[in-house]
Amino acid sequence: MDFTLGDDRQALVDVLGRSLRERYSIDRRRAAAREAPGHDRETWGQLAELGAVGALFDTGRGGFGGSPFDVTAVFETTGHALVGEPLLPVLMAGTVLPDDTLEAVIAGERIVGIALYEPQSRYDWRDVQTRAVRNADGWTLTGSKAVVTHAEAADALIVSARTEDGDFALFLVPTDSAGVEIRGYATNDGQRAGEVRLTGVAVPGDAHVGGEGDADRAVAIGTLAVCAEAVGIMTWLKDATLEYLRTRVQFGAPIGRNQALQHRMGEVLIEIEQARSAVINAAAAFGGDDAIRDTALAAAKYTIGTSATRVAEEAIQMHGGIGMTAELELTHYAKRAIMIDHELGDADHHLGRYIALTAEAA
Amino acid sequence: MDLAYTLEEETFRTEVRTFLANELPKRLSDKVRGGRNMSKGDIQEWQSILSRKGWLAPGWPVEYGGAGWSVTEKFIYEQEAALAHAPMVVPFGLNMLAPVLIKYGSEAQRAHWLPRMLRGDDWWCQGYSEPGAGSDLAGVRTTAIRDGDEYIVNGQKTWTTLGQHANMIFCLVRTDSSGSRQSGISFLLVDMTSPGIEVRPIITLDGDHEVNEIFFTDVRVPVENLVGEENKGWTYAKYLLTYERTSMAGIGQSRAALGWLKEIAQREKANGVPIAREPLFAARLARVEIALANLQTTTMRVVAAAAAGGAPGAESSMLKIRGTEIRQEISALTRRAIGPYAQPFLPEALEDGHNEEPVGPDYAVPVTPTYLNLRKLTIFGGSNEIQKNIITKAILDL
Repeated sequence: MDFTLGDDRQALVDVLGRSLRERYSIDRRRAAAREAPGHDRETWGQLAELGAVGALFDTGRGGFGGSPFDVTAVFETTGHALVGEPLLPVLMAGTVLPDDTLEAVIAGERIVGIALYEPQSRYDWRDVQTRAVRNADGWTLTGSKAVVTHAEAADALIVSARTEDGDFALFLVPTDSAGVEIRGYATNDGQRAGEVRLTGVAVPGDAHVGGEGDADRAVAIGTLAVCAEAVGIMTWLKDATLEYLRTRVQFGAPIGRNQALQHRMGEVLIEIEQARSAVINAAAAFGGDDAIRDTALAAAKYTIGTSATRVAEEAIQMHGGIGMTAELELTHYAKRAIMIDHELGDADHHLGRYIALTAEAA
Repeated sequence: MDLAYTLEEETFRTEVRTFLANELPKRLSDKVRGGRNMSKGDIQEWQSILSRKGWLAPGWPVEYGGAGWSVTEKFIYEQEAALAHAPMVVPFGLNMLAPVLIKYGSEAQRAHWLPRMLRGDDWWCQGYSEPGAGSDLAGVRTTAIRDGDEYIVNGQKTWTTLGQHANMIFCLVRTDSSGSRQSGISFLLVDMTSPGIEVRPIITLDGDHEVNEIFFTDVRVPVENLVGEENKGWTYAKYLLTYERTSMAGIGQSRAALGWLKEIAQREKANGVPIAREPLFAARLARVEIALANLQTTTMRVVAAAAAGGAPGAESSMLKIRGTEIRQEISALTRRAIGPYAQPFLPEALEDGHNEEPVGPDYAVPVTPTYLNLRKLTIFGGSNEIQKNIITKAILDL
């Protein structure tokens, strides 16, 4: 048993955390989310420079990390700083990208997103109605993609579609292709996403970059990453709420003297430690049997879906009136914590998956 | 980051499994698994097997006859023993008093009491709680007044687990009432066969006789049975409680109970379908299984930190809270699983030599009594609310 990060990973986390504390801010995040591209190019450049992007991919592919624990270390750190940058789509798309494209992504020169879900698919990425028709020059894609995170920031998107044979396929689609229309919008957690419409979008034959197994791997690593992000966010929420409980005076005493609040904070603490353990379990389950990995991921996302929401709601409640204001940094953390439950499957979805997977195994 | 055990730890686990497979009598593991009542003889039989192997006091230093196991090895052993349905080891002497004697006792006390524990000569019980001192332990009122070479003890202890089998009790007694409540407490070892001691059973809501009241009327105790210094007992008591809490996550017991629950949930059917597949039941089952998997890793993280030198402090309070909640939830789901047969109350069917035709499935009889009995988990050893007070002070700093 060893629950330490290891020297290299610890060094990356330290440097990344310090840099974000010094140079990143909630104001920067807010300003970026107002309009396309919806992220802060300078911050993205820093993340790439510090190696936060490279750490997500293994050395064989031009990165210098790529293990599940590298991914959780980076995302917990960026979660703690509430970074509103397209790390998640880049991580997921990057698992599918050809190596030469990935190289430019790791260097921070290109951003590639991923569009797996559709208006009717809810959390089932295998439910794909987008069509891919083969022709002499390549493929033609037609369909709609829903709530594509950081779509406006992306130079290209990995798009899922069904071929005429009904096969699941992934295509690399430059967002400036004719027939690609992105309707961008702000999200409730202060980032940007978009609805993507593909109308007869022509891509070359080598744009077909992957299949169902690749999407499965992308979703798996993405799920792990948002879980780790949530742990970072919850930790920040807990610390900020504790600080408030120590300093906010009502009835002549800090409100943290009230046992009603103390005991609820105790629960918050336990929830966070349990969530952290769930993420460790999931990260450790990579690299072997897919069913074991998926069971641990379902357990983790279910755990996170319930605990992150609870921690966020408690943080707002314990702050009282000020916890209702957009001005307070904490409410932005809380909103991200809650919206993570709507990304890559919510708690109920993953509890259902867990039940199905364990029933299969029995 | 590595969740797996090291090669040495894995070798140790194999050794433990082999020992349990070869030496744990099936008669005993069947009784534990089936929720049958363990007699004094059953427990003594298992403890003597452990003693022969040198594993009765795994956490003690080797010089006192312990196995000198690391916290990780103790954790592994506890898991494996629970999964093999081994009987509990009575913890009061071995796991609670012994660490206090080793740290605070006299050389004579160690030389006298520790070997007796290993040989099974004494059955120890714990004299902490009183009618007016439950979670508020510093409220002890049982007095010990010095009279020459003896103390004269008067008062009452309660919730004394398995006190009906005990010949020795360690007590918190008040030796001074002039200062703060904590400052006048002493730690005393009392022979239960002394004149003036009366043990009365308390029948708990499950119908079982597990706990007792103990009355002290002018009981004479030799002064050499004082542990450490007079009026310093509160320090020793708190030290003991940290030992009490560390294994309270009960991961092994919960895993064993969950395995048994899943078997029952396959056998119990609604409309011909195992209730394990009934969506609402399956969801309850999945939730507790996930919480347990999370807590197992949380516990291993605390164990790993302790192994690296950090003493498990208030973290053990977190483990106690969630661990007891999980065990209770598993017992509640087991009660739900058996449906209407949760109702018959058949205590005689839990005793040895019971040969009558069972009422309902044979696994059903102990289920409700076990559920009721385990309500104690969130109350004893410092109620879960007390644990949250500890977390508030020690971790949250509020």
